[in-house]
Amino acid sequence: MTFTSLLQDKRLTILLSGEIDHHSARETMEAVTEKIRVYLPRYCELDFGAVTFMDSSGIALVIHTLRAMNELGGKLRLTSVPPQPRKVLLASGIQNLVALSQERSPA
Amino acid sequence: MKHENEAVVRFPSLSRNEAFARSVTAAFAAQMDPTIDELNDVKTAVSEAVTNAIVHAYPDRVGPVTLRLRRLEENVLEITVKDLGCGIEDVAKARQPMFTTGGADRSGMGMTIMESFMNALSIRSRPGRGTTVRMKKKLVGRGDPDCKPRS
Repeated sequence: MTFTSLLQDKRLTILLSGEIDHHSARETMEAVTEKIRVYLPRYCELDFGAVTFMDSSGIALVIHTLRAMNELGGKLRLTSVPPQPRKVLLASGIQNLVALSQERSPA
Repeated sequence: MKHENEAVVRFPSLSRNEAFARSVTAAFAAQMDPTIDELNDVKTAVSEAVTNAIVHAYPDRVGPVTLRLRRLEENVLEITVKDLGCGIEDVAKARQPMFTTGGADRSGMGMTIMESFMNALSIRSRPGRGTTVRMKKKLVGRGDPDCKPRS
């Protein structure tokens, strides 16, 4: 699990890649929270485009990120979500709390 | 139930073995000609069961986790994940969505995902003795005639 982040006009984009499981999630969670704490974005986008596998640890990652963005009064979006992570996310009902799309959001 | 093929692996409850368990499961299931979606479902379910053993069964130590894979009749894959850890006091409560005794990095959705991604899930647990999770999924597959079981 690795990620790259981009910041533009208070919009933080985090490109996740590889496998998200319990082994990798805690480190990623801490790194994402740190980026939000430092950059104080208004919008945060978690891009799942390069995620090859995700279990329920990914749900915890999304909830954690959502909580951090809610504390700032900001918004979170999940984009480029492939079918496997999408099925896991939908099983949790997370779509009731956060916008989720298969497409990358427009620049 | 009669099985046509079987594999058993045992590994210590180290989190890096979550990916190993998924790979072993996918390799075993390949002979059953699953679709990509079916393969993803069983990999996700086994990841949840093995993670539970690693996180909850052995919270303070490393212990053995046994993964048994069986190909049953009618192309049913049976996955059993067994630990000898602390056990679950209240299995019904543990199966409820969002319930977790883990930290902030756990979502409490593991059991719900196992239930919804597999056709059957049973959990037997004895406090202080360990837990056995058994799951089954019928793989409808892509219908490759070369993957029919041999007699």
